[in-house]
Parts: sequence; C-alpha cells; structure tokens
Amino acid sequence: MNEMYNVSSNPHVRDKMSTNRLMQLVVIALLPATVFGIWNFGIHALLVVVVTVAASVFFEWLYDHFMHKSNTITDFSAVVTGLLLALNMPPEIPLWMPVLGSAFAIIVVKQLFGGLGQNFMNPALAARCFLLISFAGSMTDFSVAKGAHAVVDSVSGATPLAAMKEYGGLGDIHVSQMFIGNIQGTIGETSVIAILIGAVILLAFKVINLRIPLMYIGTFTVFVCIYMVASGMGFDWNYLAAHLCGGGLMLGAWFMATDYVTSPITQKGQLVFGFVLGILTAIFRLFGGSAEGVSYAIIISNLLVPLIEKVTLPTAFGKGGKKNEK
Amino acid sequence: MGLLTFKGGIHPYEGKELSKDQPIETYTPKGEMVFPLSQHIGAPAKPLVKKGDRVLKGQVIAEAGGFVSAPIHSSVSGTVKGIESRLTATGTMANAIIVENDQQYEEVEYHPASSLGELSKEEILKRIQDGGVVGMGGAGFPTHVKLSPKNPESIEYILVNGAECEPYLTSDYRRLLEYGEQVVEGLKVMLALFDKAKGYICIEDNKPDCIKKMEDLVRDIPRIEVKTLMTKYPQGGERTLIYATTGREINSSMLPADVGCIVDNVETVTSIYRAVMLGKPVMERTVTVTGDAVSHPKNFMASIGTNMRELVDAAGGFKSTPDKIISGGPMMGFSMYQLDVPCTKTTSAILSFLKDEVSNAHETACINCGRCVTVCPGHVVPARLATFAQHGDMEKFQQYDGMECCECGCCSYICPAKRPLTQSIKSMRKMVLASRKRG
Repeated sequence: MNEMYNVSSNPHVRDKMSTNRLMQLVVIALLPATVFGIWNFGIHALLVVVVTVAASVFFEWLYDHFMHKSNTITDFSAVVTGLLLALNMPPEIPLWMPVLGSAFAIIVVKQLFGGLGQNFMNPALAARCFLLISFAGSMTDFSVAKGAHAVVDSVSGATPLAAMKEYGGLGDIHVSQMFIGNIQGTIGETSVIAILIGAVILLAFKVINLRIPLMYIGTFTVFVCIYMVASGMGFDWNYLAAHLCGGGLMLGAWFMATDYVTSPITQKGQLVFGFVLGILTAIFRLFGGSAEGVSYAIIISNLLVPLIEKVTLPTAFGKGGKKNEK
Repeated sequence: MGLLTFKGGIHPYEGKELSKDQPIETYTPKGEMVFPLSQHIGAPAKPLVKKGDRVLKGQVIAEAGGFVSAPIHSSVSGTVKGIESRLTATGTMANAIIVENDQQYEEVEYHPASSLGELSKEEILKRIQDGGVVGMGGAGFPTHVKLSPKNPESIEYILVNGAECEPYLTSDYRRLLEYGEQVVEGLKVMLALFDKAKGYICIEDNKPDCIKKMEDLVRDIPRIEVKTLMTKYPQGGERTLIYATTGREINSSMLPADVGCIVDNVETVTSIYRAVMLGKPVMERTVTVTGDAVSHPKNFMASIGTNMRELVDAAGGFKSTPDKIISGGPMMGFSMYQLDVPCTKTTSAILSFLKDEVSNAHETACINCGRCVTVCPGHVVPARLATFAQHGDMEKFQQYDGMECCECGCCSYICPAKRPLTQSIKSMRKMVLASRKRG
C-alpha cells in the first residue's frame, strides 16, 4: 500500500478557541481588578495573590502526580481558581489561610469530584465559604495596612455594606468611591470599574454572554427596589447604588456566576440561574445575618444547576411536527 | 428586510477565495473509468453490460435496482474491463463497472424535448428517472422519488439550494454564475410538476454576483424568486433552508414534502434540465479541487467515473504531501485514506489540507461552556448526547432527542475542549437506527 492520508469523522475543521485559551482570557480579564486590589491594599495583597495562585497550581499538580493522572496545570483552570480565591480574600489575611483554601478548592471541591468540568460548586467560592465558616474572625477582618490607598470609614471602620447594615448608612464613604474602589473589602471586589473593564474583555472575546450577569444584576436591582418601597424607606438612589457597587456582587456576577462548569448549559437555564441568583443574593443581604450574600447565593445556585438544566432543555427543531398523513 | 436565516450555526473560515474566480474547466479523463453501482441512496443499480462489451457515452450500463434507485450511464465510450469491488469516497468497497476509455467519445443518440409544454407530468418524471438524476448535493436521494410525493397538490415551494454553506466549495457558485440559465430552466421543469408551487432560488449573501445574475434571469418569471440567505453554516441544510425561507420546521421523521416543500441542489436542478429537455443523462458534474495543499485550486466539469487523482493532477498536483484529503466540504465531507477513488454523482469537491486540524487537536474534559448548545441548529444539547453516546445509554440518548441531530458538525467545530461530539452522536444514531430495524 502506498502512503495513506489521515482519516477521521466529520467535521474536519475546528474553531481556534480552546479551553486553555478561554482560561487565559479569564486570567487576563481579572488583571484590572487584581492590579487595582494590589494598589489599593498594598504589598500584602500582592503576597496573597501570588501565594494563592501558586498554591492552587501546586495542589493541582500534586493531585495529578499522586493519582497518576496526566498533568492538568497547563489548562490554566487552577490559575483561574487560585486567582478568584485570592481576590475573595481580605487584604491582611494570614497567608496560610488562602493556602488551606486552595487545597480545599482544588483537592476537595474539584479533583475529588472528577477534576475539571465535574465540580458541582465553584471551587473558589466553596473555599471562601469554607474559610468563612472556619475562621470567621480573620475572614471578616477588613482592616487595611497603613499607607494603603483604601479609604476607611471614620465612623464605623466597616465595609460599606456592613456599615449600611449596622448603622443604616454609608458613613463618610461616597458611592463614587465604591465605583472606583478605593474602599475596604476583599482584594478584588472593591473596584466596580476594574471589574467592568474585565467584563468587557470577556464579552469582547465571547468568553461569556450577557444572560447570567444581566439577569442576576437585573433581578437583584428589582428586588432591592421593591424592598425599599415595601419597607417604607422610600426609593433611595444611594442605597441602591451602594448595593450594586458594594460587596461581591460585580465580581460574582461577571466572573463567578458565569463559571461554565457550575452554571447551566442551556440558554433558558442561564436566565433562570441568573434570576435565582438575584433573588437569593437580595434575600441574604437584606434579611440575612451577614451583610454579604453573593458567595452563598452562588454556591447554593450551583447546586440547583442540574435541576435547572433538566427543566430548561431546549425543544428540538421541528419537534411535535406532524407528518403529512395523506 | 433582514436576511433569511435560522437559530444556531457557525461562521467557519470560508476559504472560497481559493477557487471562486476559476471558471469551470471541462476535464477530459485519461485513465480507466470506474462507475460504482451505488452512487445513490437505495438499491444498487444492476449491471446491463459484461466484460468485453463496447459501450458508448450516454449508454445505460446499469439499470435501477428498484423504485428507490437510479440507473448509471457511461460518461465515455470504450470497453468494459470488468465488474469488480472498488474503494469509494466514503471509505467502503462497492461493486463498480470499470470501463477502458477509448478517447473516441462516441455518443448514443439523445432525444431532446421540443418544448416543456408538450411533456406530461409522467413523461417528465420518466425522463428524470431514466436520466439517473439523484440529489447531487451529497445525499444522492433519487430525484424522481423526491418529485413523486404522496400528495403533489400540497407542494407549495420548490427550493433550489444554492446556499453552498460548506466552506471551500465553489462548484454551485460557478454553476450559478456560468450556467444560471440551466438552473432556471430546470426549476421551470420542476414547477411544471407542481401546479401550485412557487420556485425559490436560495443563495447566501456571500455570493452577491450570483444573486444579481439570478435576479436578472428570473425578473419576468412570476413563479420564481431569488431569496438571499445570511451566510452561515449550515444554511444549506435541508431543514435549516426550509425554515429560513418558509418559516416551517420539519423534524427527523418528516420529509420536506410534509410541509409542502421540495429542496434540490443547484447541481441536481441542472441535471433535471439536461435529462428532461436535452435528453442527456447524468454523466458529468462540477467538482471543486481546492485546499491549501493544491497548487492551483480549480473548478472542473468532471465526467462521472474519473479518478480523483487525475483531477488533482489537472489542478497542478499537490504543493507537498497533504495530511488529509476530503471528498466534499470540510464540515460534512468524508476523509479518504487514498486518492485513487472515482468521482461519483455526489462528489462536490476534493479538498486537501497540508495540516490536519483534527489529529492535532488535543481532547480535554467538557467544561460545560454551552457553545455546542448555542450553535446546534437542531436545538438539542450535544454535550449531553455525546456523554450518553459514550456511556451507551440508548434510552437517555433518545429521550434527549438525539435522533434529531442532523450531523452537521457545528458542535465538534465549536467545542473548545476539542471533543468529537458529532462523531459520538453519529455513531449512537447509527446504533439506534440499527436496533430499531431489528425491532
């Protein structure tokens, strides 16, 4: 037989986009928020980011190594998990905590359930909640180092959302500062503008679509408006804007609710998912014990994904059509 | 007005610029001619000749093996060398009549029709059947069967598929541009069969010169219109085309005729014209020889039975050894392990790539990104179907409408994890069909 050519099933061409390219784009899109966080909180924030990312990649490698699996650190998903976890850490957290969190995220939440694509919860958020429950003190201590750029409310010394919950107002923090981000909070969540720049990058490269984030933020907005009117406080722009810009909403809506693995694969399901997220976040923030609600809302909604997918399966093209009987 | 289209689909690299400006060149075959007896869906044709017989160009060498079948005609004059099993483009072996070409091109006498008006519907169908006309877009379904629906009065639209949504292919484009008149004449023949039907010539908007030319040709014909489609794969799929132009949906268990439509490719419509009006059977077709491995991509008028290697040589041969050779387009074509394969009635292109993207792609885990769901024109969930297929879960596969897949390849194309989704689904569909047949 003379020479033979390659044979495979159709199609014979492939799109240029690949999983690791997608992950790299997410990392790039997170950079504005990361850089802002480091500028805002100082050198310890940089350490947290570096250590958390390195630890996540290390645990990914470690698991692959001991389980004799092929090395998966090149797919960049561990970098994304590590970076997201770091951005969800308070700026002055002791470094061993995010390392422990990385181990939980990568080994327990992701690898034990089958690795990339099989985790049922967002690994970074699951780890954050694990740390929040285990070390509530350190995880909610948002004090900032001397010389950092973050402005601290002179009255309460709390994050804007906590201040609103505790004292019923923002103190001397202005909403525009919350938009820019030079306030207290976790490393990556404070700057709305930096997160939105990242979101534009994700949208431009078609990494994400608008279904989940818009539905999430939209539902949340509507719920808060109804709450303002129903609770008798009246419509207050500042209150609404503070809820939209404060806490983890923007980071969560654009970067964590849109995590492919833990969101529905169906288009209708993505809308439902965003709706559920908006409702849960609002309930947790407005009626819950903590000022924050995004992390819990997302991981609980993650658990609902299989159910949401099941009830939102698309109708096959032409389904229910009748054959011409004659 | 917005362009006609459907929901889903992809925009792969078109690659049409390689060959679109090359006028159709008639290629005169040199070597032996191979006529597989199965160039269509249905029963294989039955040979009417034996070894040593002399045949003429246009002579029937194999008769239809049933109603759903089609006769085969010799495209050259010469001597029958034998009937033997030969490799075809789909990778299977099939019985074929081998004819030694004597280069004389001595033809049988054809019987042209003097005018369309004096042919009865039965005569028209008989001429199409005797001419061996089959769906030349790729499926190869015998055309006379398609044109004999149970309820002819219910046919409202005849759609001429000139979308040519497959990347790289330019044979329909050149056909419309150079022989558009024949397409219109062919459509007139089809309209003569269905009194209530309107004829739509459907072309993607990446071929503005074709659209212009066809619009000029049909301006004064009340029953024929040109429809401009959005350029998107698989716009030329039967189901998507019907939806885009008429808004009607058919599922996998239905025929276009169930929603009052008949769809035929540009090449097929041309063959209908030739068979009915000129009395000439299917002996030739346009074939695009292209791809980055070919020295001079071209469009040929190739005789059925010509060895593909001859056509590649006529296009200047390969620049260097290709990784992959495909019969048809890159989305739905068949890759071939060797080139010594005959052109048949359904060979629209010979495409060769220096690099095979598929063997170089590294498959990773599904990340649930939903791209396959977004692009699927069948509105199913390819990622789930592929998983059920890999698990051999026939029940779940059918419950999730796996049988509604049209195997267009969009999901495999778009998958960032490079999973062979179409392949898994396709195999499972075959298994389900086989198990249904067993009862």
